[in-house]
Amino acid sequence: MAKGKLLHTFTKGIVKENPVLRLVLGTCPTLAVTTMAENGLWMGMAATLVLLGSNVVISLTRRVIPDKVRIPAFITIIAGFVTLVQMLVKAYTPEVNDKLGIYLPLIVVNCIILARAEMFASKNKVLPSILDALGMGVGFTAALVLMGSIRELLGSGSLFGVPITSGFIDPMIVMILPAGGFFVFAILIVLANKLSGDGKKAALGCAGCPSAAHCPNAETGGCEEKKEGEQ
Amino acid sequence: MQKLFVSSSPHLRSGTGVRSIMLDVIIALAPALVASVILFGLRALAVTAVSVGAAVLAEYLSRKIMKRPNSIGDLSAVVTGMLLAFNLPVSIPLWIAALGSAIAIVVVKQFFGGIGQNFVNPALAGRIILMVSFPAQMTKWTMPLTSWSGVDAVTTATPLGILNEGGGEALPPLLDLFFGVRGGCLGETCAVALLLGGVYLVARRVINPIIPLCYVGTAALLSLAFGLDPLMQILSGGLLLGAIFMATDYATSPLTNWGKVIFGVGCGVLTMVIRQFGSLPEGVSFSIVLMNILVPYIERLTRPVPFGEGAQQ
Repeated sequence: MAKGKLLHTFTKGIVKENPVLRLVLGTCPTLAVTTMAENGLWMGMAATLVLLGSNVVISLTRRVIPDKVRIPAFITIIAGFVTLVQMLVKAYTPEVNDKLGIYLPLIVVNCIILARAEMFASKNKVLPSILDALGMGVGFTAALVLMGSIRELLGSGSLFGVPITSGFIDPMIVMILPAGGFFVFAILIVLANKLSGDGKKAALGCAGCPSAAHCPNAETGGCEEKKEGEQ
Repeated sequence: MQKLFVSSSPHLRSGTGVRSIMLDVIIALAPALVASVILFGLRALAVTAVSVGAAVLAEYLSRKIMKRPNSIGDLSAVVTGMLLAFNLPVSIPLWIAALGSAIAIVVVKQFFGGIGQNFVNPALAGRIILMVSFPAQMTKWTMPLTSWSGVDAVTTATPLGILNEGGGEALPPLLDLFFGVRGGCLGETCAVALLLGGVYLVARRVINPIIPLCYVGTAALLSLAFGLDPLMQILSGGLLLGAIFMATDYATSPLTNWGKVIFGVGCGVLTMVIRQFGSLPEGVSFSIVLMNILVPYIERLTRPVPFGEGAQQ
């Protein structure tokens, strides 16, 4: 694989195929833990670790795992890494474990990790899979920290726990509630679309889908379900 | 040859447009504005001015940034600003009023495509966001008629707040409620001014009376069922302001007559359920916004059958 393509494998996850803002995967932890910038950072790091481990193992075993049972096999590998990360977090940084709560073990069902396993690691060699995991991880972490910073600054008047505006402006409590999370999420998606688009009107269907390059159905009509009797 | 025109219908136009309708709504809101100044002092006027100014500015800037045609001339932003101000306590910090207007216009209205495209009433959504964000400032009620006597500010409770707390303070007499001498948001207290505006709007055929009548009627019937004083329930809180001016918003209420009935009854039921069983003393804004969201389903349920097609079934 050429060097430029390897670099692209890493950088595409940051804006153009940002897992949260462009692929809209893993929205549950995104909305739930981003009430503070720090939570977003920890969540992003934990998910990146799991993603890295699972991408490497799945890429290595991609010829061994039978196609029909690949999903249970992927989930088992992912769950193994999540258990590892959770034990490490509990042992060394218990306060992070308290902050992330249920969302730490729930990384098992984080769509980003399964999607990268299915769309990328199971079809590519180890080195590109590592770069893909790192790029997606950085994109996920950046989106979470950005969202957490906006919500924390507006909702609690602080940033990474340091008070900034809370002394003289009353914080808007709605920003740290779920409704505010959806507002910020929507506005960031708009920005990401604007940044990664080419300035033209968004294309519909497979032409506008950031995952089209990896999608096996892209040439045959994409994700739209075929009605019965149709070819 | 110029005497014969061939064109498609409509051939006669009434000249009514968004601007003239919004102007009628502003005229109908004027008595309540005058009443709020008499009751709560000149600060009521300041809150309204800031709220209207911020709404118009937000509309102008957001349209400009999104490269859409300027729409402040249709006066709908002025109405949104006035309605939001009427839903705020008079002691609200002015920047919060301005922020609420900007959220109502930019997030609720322009993000969804501008006038006619908003899925809930912008003023109410703005109020709810402020209510959730600044609960302390949004529930600081000022005693009416004190601002002219030189006393700085006397806080009081709203009648519904008194009911919710379960006694203690005495409720104001019904006549006071009718003229608005009670704690509350600045535009919602004076029932007589709101009714005057409502009659004007119905007479000018700007609003259809079905929604307000069903709303208030349902609330009255349910308060009887709950063993409450129906007049007291109608005259307190934001029920009249909501029923006359906000539940009747064209973009967010059903078009069909039966749809309007369902909408009004639903608002009344939700309001009384929130007042009676909810933890908040008042539920007008939440109930109207919830029913706004249901409007597409109500319209699907009550879609009229085109002439000649009903018999086939």
